[in-house]
Amino acid sequence: MTRRSLALHLAILAAGVVAPVLFPGHTIQFAVLWIMILFALTWDTMGGQMGYNSLGNILFFGLGMYVCAATQIGLYYDLASYTASSGAIKIDFTDPQYFVGLALGVLLAAVVPVVVAAILSWVLFGLRGPYFAIGTLGAAIAAAELTAAWNYVGGGSGIAMPVFPGGPGERERFFYFACMVGTVFCYLFLRWLYRTRFSLAINAIRDDEDKAEALGLHTRRYKMVAWSVSAFFLGIAGALFGNMTGFIEPLEVAYPTLTFGIFMVAMTLLGGKGTLWGPIIGAVLFYTIKEITWTYLLGWQWIALGLLIIVNVVYFQQGIMGWLMQRKPEWFGVRVDPAPAGDAAARGRE
Amino acid sequence: MSQPVIEVRGVTKAFGGVIANREVSLRVEPGSITGLIGPNGSGKTTLFNSIAGQHPVDSGSICFEGQEITRLGVQQIARLGLVRTYQQTRIFPKMDCIHNLLIASPHRDSEWRDMFRRYPPSMFEKAERLLEFVGLYQKRRLIAGTLSFGQQKLLEFAMALMNEPKVLLLDEPTAGINPTLINGLIDRLKRANREFGITLFVIEHNMRVIMNLAQHIYCLSRGKLLAEGPPERIQDDQSVIDAYLGAH
Repeated sequence: MTRRSLALHLAILAAGVVAPVLFPGHTIQFAVLWIMILFALTWDTMGGQMGYNSLGNILFFGLGMYVCAATQIGLYYDLASYTASSGAIKIDFTDPQYFVGLALGVLLAAVVPVVVAAILSWVLFGLRGPYFAIGTLGAAIAAAELTAAWNYVGGGSGIAMPVFPGGPGERERFFYFACMVGTVFCYLFLRWLYRTRFSLAINAIRDDEDKAEALGLHTRRYKMVAWSVSAFFLGIAGALFGNMTGFIEPLEVAYPTLTFGIFMVAMTLLGGKGTLWGPIIGAVLFYTIKEITWTYLLGWQWIALGLLIIVNVVYFQQGIMGWLMQRKPEWFGVRVDPAPAGDAAARGRE
Repeated sequence: MSQPVIEVRGVTKAFGGVIANREVSLRVEPGSITGLIGPNGSGKTTLFNSIAGQHPVDSGSICFEGQEITRLGVQQIARLGLVRTYQQTRIFPKMDCIHNLLIASPHRDSEWRDMFRRYPPSMFEKAERLLEFVGLYQKRRLIAGTLSFGQQKLLEFAMALMNEPKVLLLDEPTAGINPTLINGLIDRLKRANREFGITLFVIEHNMRVIMNLAQHIYCLSRGKLLAEGPPERIQDDQSVIDAYLGAH
């Protein structure tokens, strides 16, 4: 890592630590920003690096959220009668009970989506292009509907999450730092992963999957791992988000296909897909614009956001990082052929 | 006679009502350069696709080094050491040349944990050597999609060599290549055969190239095997000449 890069990383970490102290009123918003970055990073592993546009990644977010909730409550109480009472039963968790439940819940929220991703990948990775996108979207919508119909986990009326032990503001700060740690961990993991053979393999799948197969690449293996990595981090994010919100239900909180599910794609496209920093920049910019329009353009906020997405997709497909790479390829160590295409002299050099 | 490295027995493949290959049988001897010619639409590429496992055959069998591969998939066949290149050149256009070669390194023994490793320096050196072999060393850091068509063809050839195949199926290696480069390519194909010991099975339209290159040639016409033999014999075979000139 160069000195400049190290300084940049440390500055971002410092800003992350200071933000909730300077603006305690916006702690939850900052926490959601970390989750947005995680959304974009994990979406890009599939959509940007591997060329598989999933519209259903939100499935793992919701799954993680429900697995965590079920673990936290089910560990100390009968989940069925808790959800059947629709919030009439209040459980007083002791501090150790709460934190043991949360830790175990987050762990399972990471593991279960990985298993589900591995199973789903056998079915869905037979599909390519738009069929894969629609197939994954279908899986996410089906998950939401199934959850809404399953009374054991509260059905459509959801689950009231265990109450965080601690004074005012402590819950927000706790989950803010949990989200930050999760996203930083996700970033570091992907940063490492993109330097292994894995990265080259999923790029090859993006460029020409048939050719990759013809070279003997274990394409299924790579696709399965790529999706499982996304599922792992999305599951953790779901668990944290559910606890931060305090109340979870299937359609708006756990499986919001039309908001978070689309945001992950839009943020990645805005920042530039297929790069490590594109999704991060895209998430910060997109979420900032979203929060500003929600505050100052109320009533028009969806139209403003829709416009942003349309302009991005029609006029700025390469995204911010893609644009920078075109303009300043030398910053990224990329070289382009100085000789114009079709130049006989250039070919004659061989 | 030694065991053939590829043995095709009575392979038939139809697409709907069109019979692309009808009862085709042929053998490719180890270490040889074998040619496959025939007029347009005679079923040459279909036969390649069948051998490489791209699609199932309707009947017949295909053996690779004595092992039945008729029902294996593309990836399994490639891992056995039977690799093909495409008529429409296929490379990874957004990656640079070195990375194109690295990803082509053999996946025969790769295990799950190997995907999280980095490539050792020896692999980079091998990639650079092969790029030098095909004359693309100067362009090794360029994005493959920016290369000319002929250069992409050379890159695809280097990728195939990187894969360390036992047999290479080449689908029209000289098509679309600058005529002045063809001689260089023929030379490299011969060297790959001689120095790396790779058996070549080549579809080619350019008669000068294939007569110069191959030791044994098969000719397909309308999906059926029309003739076979050494280049001199094929050149003078009346049925082959008729097929090319459109006589019935």
